[in-house]
Amino acid sequence: MNLVVFFVVAVVAVASALALVLRRNPIHGALFLVVNLGCVAVLYLLLSAEFLALAQVIIYAGAIMVLFVFAIMVLIPGKEETGPDPLRPQRLLALPLGAVLLLEIALILKSSVFQAAQPVAPPPALPAGAGGIETVGRLLLRDYLFPFEVTSVLLLAALVGVLALAKRKAG
Amino acid sequence: MDAALIPLLPLLVVGGTALLVIVLDLLPPRDRKGHLGVVALAGVVMALLVSLGLWGREGRAFRGMVVLDNFALFLDVVICYAAALVLLLSTDYLRRNDGERGEYYILVLLSTLGMVLMAAAADLIVIFLALELMSLSLYVLAGFFRGRLAAAEASMKYFLLGAFATGFFIYGIALIYGATGSTALDRIAAATRAGTRDPLLLVGLGLLLVGFGFKISSVPFHMWVPDVYEGAPTSVTAFIATGSKAAGFAALLRVLLSTFKVSQPDWTVLLWVVAVLTMTVGNVVAIAQSNLKRMLAYSSVAHVGYMLIGVVAGGALGAGSVLFYLLVYTFTTAGAFGVILLLERGRREAVDLDDYAGLAGRHPVLALTLALFLLSLIGMPPTAGFAGKFYLFGAAVRSGYIWLAVIAVLNSAVAAYYYLRVVVYMYMRDTEGLPTGPAPSFAGRLALAIALWGIFQLGLLPAPVLDLAQAAVAPLLR
Amino acid sequence: MEHVTLLMVFGLALLVAGAMMWLPTLLAPRRTSAAKVEPFECGKDPLALPEGRFAIKFSTVAIFFIIFDIEVMLIFPWAVQVRALGWTGYLAMLVFLGVLMLGFLYMWKKGGLEWD
Repeated sequence: MNLVVFFVVAVVAVASALALVLRRNPIHGALFLVVNLGCVAVLYLLLSAEFLALAQVIIYAGAIMVLFVFAIMVLIPGKEETGPDPLRPQRLLALPLGAVLLLEIALILKSSVFQAAQPVAPPPALPAGAGGIETVGRLLLRDYLFPFEVTSVLLLAALVGVLALAKRKAG
Repeated sequence: MDAALIPLLPLLVVGGTALLVIVLDLLPPRDRKGHLGVVALAGVVMALLVSLGLWGREGRAFRGMVVLDNFALFLDVVICYAAALVLLLSTDYLRRNDGERGEYYILVLLSTLGMVLMAAAADLIVIFLALELMSLSLYVLAGFFRGRLAAAEASMKYFLLGAFATGFFIYGIALIYGATGSTALDRIAAATRAGTRDPLLLVGLGLLLVGFGFKISSVPFHMWVPDVYEGAPTSVTAFIATGSKAAGFAALLRVLLSTFKVSQPDWTVLLWVVAVLTMTVGNVVAIAQSNLKRMLAYSSVAHVGYMLIGVVAGGALGAGSVLFYLLVYTFTTAGAFGVILLLERGRREAVDLDDYAGLAGRHPVLALTLALFLLSLIGMPPTAGFAGKFYLFGAAVRSGYIWLAVIAVLNSAVAAYYYLRVVVYMYMRDTEGLPTGPAPSFAGRLALAIALWGIFQLGLLPAPVLDLAQAAVAPLLR
Repeated sequence: MEHVTLLMVFGLALLVAGAMMWLPTLLAPRRTSAAKVEPFECGKDPLALPEGRFAIKFSTVAIFFIIFDIEVMLIFPWAVQVRALGWTGYLAMLVFLGVLMLGFLYMWKKGGLEWD
């Protein structure tokens, strides 16, 4: 059952990612991105990373997509702004460079370093319910308490930054 | 005071000041914000004094995620000096450019907090958050003068490339976590000692180096530097050039020297090449610049190359010289940008080389000050630049990297050309339409005086500070 | 397998939404006239087509939304463990929210929520 769900979701995820890149209309692209993000959330669930799936839906498919759509609506190019891509010649380079990279990766994977290497530490065994929201809660407010509090300061900096850049002359 | 909070003291002072300034910004008077600068400055100076007072103490807080040692304290001092100089230079500059708003001081404090946290972080997640806190504030500060196209370009480029570099960084963290099962630096170190050369670990380290390379602007991750340095408000440029580099080197040194000590042969080879490329590209391209801010941007790239020599040399002398040079570089660069931001021509800032022709006739004191900072950047005795370079290159020779030292000395000779060119323009050319700066305010004069004191203090009596710097890196080398 | 219920909810949502879009094509009568295809059947003619640009203010609001969305999401893990975490957890959450509430106050007082 899990395997069936995985394959269905994975195919939809890849298809929507392709559609996102290939569609000319940016709004359609944004909608395909929502589909893609939703699929990835399901993949997280299959790995029983529940909190991650939740965050994916609430933050990415929810909040960040709203921002994307607004940004597209603000920037949607008028007729006068859609010219031919000035960097078109660079596309010729893309294929050979990509091929070289692929070759490099293949060579590295086949190299002796990779074959003979011993992992420095065995992957830690995950306890039951590791990705569950209860575990995350315990980790976040005990072991990772300090990063958690720093996050609030980071969000504060983001708030002040938005005000500094977006707000007209403060009254 | 709870003993467990002592390692956090410098952080709490800076962070608390940031929150205080937020509250004060909401209270009257609404039209003048100069007092916020004074409060911010007081907080930074307090953090500086606290750091000096804590010297020699060791401790950890929050399950070892934040560490207090001499290394963190030394860099706290460097960062707080940078922030204090920038704040002193800012108030007057902002008022002249109609950009005096409370958000500026808040963001400077928050990015200072990120830098101080980076120096004290002992967990990759904390390093990441500190990096983001610092960068996010700096992205906004770079575009703080919203009416200017160059500022918007600077902010946008800095943000896009910075976010991209952060992506590399966090990918590296993920791979290292995958290889060792931990993000804590000491546990990663223990895992690397147990078994080395796991390719996953090395790839992870490589990705981390990309992220750090961007923050300290080493070649080939220096593309953003000239545009950002040119477009950002000059006070912010000074902060990006000094504070964010010090913070980047702090985390880089801690990760390389203490966590990845086992892989030293691997990353030394890599950094050798990067150091040579960085100083050469920086110096050669700087020759072609006619805009002073861009010239100093490329020169700052070259100086990163010099500092990387110390990282390659390693050991107490090499790493200690890096810390010493960071302090020297902070005084010198903040001072040089501090003179530039005082000068105006017409209604714009005087940043072209031509603007400086004959400056010595009109503003003899400012011209002499700028000349001294430029001489320190060249590395002329008796300025601090000489002592700093002497220690760095000496460390390279001591560790057997003779060629690296030779290349660095050649580079310094090339660099002398473009620095001296500015001096020649100031003293030996005449032109009409000289830059007219308003008389520098007391704060501005104080900042330049402190920077001058710094380059002569460190230039004439470098040994005590170098001893402190070597003591500071000792905890990393244990 | 524990997420089958979730899958069922998704399926049901898909079914209902699909039905709502498909049923009218079967059931609704189609008698169009010139007046009916106009954007507003009564009232003024529209000045511009709706695919024009949005005001940038929308995106400012959207960014504020993201920031507080992240904040709210980080409350969930604490909420489900509130008893186990006890007073230390409560205190930690208070600091976290306190910093953000200060940011909220700042944004409010600085006019970040005003439309013009």
